[in-house]
Amino acid sequence: MIEFHLDGRSGVAPYLQLIQQVRQSLRLGLLREGDQLPTVKDVSGLLAINPNTVLKAYRELEYEGLAAARPGVGTFVTKTLSSDSIAAYTELSLDLEGWLSKARAAGLDDESIGAIFQRTIRTAVQEEAL
Amino acid sequence: MTAAIEALGLGKRYGRRWALSDCTLSIPAGRVTGLVGPNGAGKTTLINLATGMLAPTTGSITVLGSKPASGPEQLAKVGYVAQDTPTYAGLTVEDHLRFGAHMNPGWDAALAHKRMSQLGIDPKQKAGKLSGGQRAQLALTLAIAKRPELLILDEPIASLDPLARREFLQVLMETTAEHEISVVMSSHLVADLERVTDYLIVLMSSRVQVTGDIDELLATHYLLSGARRDPAALPAGQQVISARHTDRQSTILVRSTEPILDPTWSVSQLDLEDLVLAYMGNTTASVETGHKIMEEQR
Repeated sequence: MIEFHLDGRSGVAPYLQLIQQVRQSLRLGLLREGDQLPTVKDVSGLLAINPNTVLKAYRELEYEGLAAARPGVGTFVTKTLSSDSIAAYTELSLDLEGWLSKARAAGLDDESIGAIFQRTIRTAVQEEAL
Repeated sequence: MTAAIEALGLGKRYGRRWALSDCTLSIPAGRVTGLVGPNGAGKTTLINLATGMLAPTTGSITVLGSKPASGPEQLAKVGYVAQDTPTYAGLTVEDHLRFGAHMNPGWDAALAHKRMSQLGIDPKQKAGKLSGGQRAQLALTLAIAKRPELLILDEPIASLDPLARREFLQVLMETTAEHEISVVMSSHLVADLERVTDYLIVLMSSRVQVTGDIDELLATHYLLSGARRDPAALPAGQQVISARHTDRQSTILVRSTEPILDPTWSVSQLDLEDLVLAYMGNTTASVETGHKIMEEQR
């Protein structure tokens, strides 16, 4: 069972933080298929947050196919992010390192690199949505 | 589903002064509603009308579909914790619980005792000897153990230290999740409510300024800044909430269901505190850019 925490300064909505923490735990292998997520009551009580926030996060995870609710029992993980994807991470992060050194060679500082990264992701997301 | 609280043209006058006027709202059931406003805005008046301790001067209010405090059944459905979480100083914790059991037909004694032992509160202790946080927890337990459908709390955590505040909200949220109750709580501090509430009412000078689902409110308010222009020239769908100008720049808060497409604006979104402050007519923190901004009275 994982335990959630909230970063009050991150500016990321609490329900998104919960989703991100589940995804992160899946990627790191801390959560596997069949594992139960903390109950809405437990998360609300622990973090002192609105139960609807937790429900919203769990619904989103269900929509993504990562979790499923069993009525009266709780919400369970339905997918294990396999080691294939962990291998892919290593490769992708090598690619990114290559890109980063190119960006630095072109004279970009961290902030500009961050800006390009954010903008590209946003554009890609918008194009997907269309 | 029946609304938790529904008010239509509700008003309350004391002598010449209107403590609450022309209040029309509908709070859905199953939500945790934050009632926000500065001191003297009318929060307690609205709460007293909802609990039936005051009768309206004008308009009407229904709570869970019936007139407030209209009978034993209605009283059993609503739990109420008054400002500063009062208890009987001379009575022990156990006396309070026994009192609660006698007064409430649906009393959940097991829940009340479990709460007290979880919080490490000695049942033999006199309520007057409890710490502020423990006293607040006792008052909350009394309201919860009657197993209400709606819980109304008037500034429950204003006088508590940060740890007691957190513990209070933890118990409140856990109970809300477990028993699926609706909650209405007032506060003059938005930060207290940010994570716990999902529905908002802003009261200011005895009037409702804005009410709605918090996510929806945050998603439909935009802070526009750019070259100076007249707010009246904005598209019809953009309702101006506040506008400030320097000789060159305009900063305008608008409410709009459509996204802002005008590329000459730099658009940002607000957090809950900024949104509430904007409706209270204050300067929003996010507008402070370090420049001296001259406020224009419109």
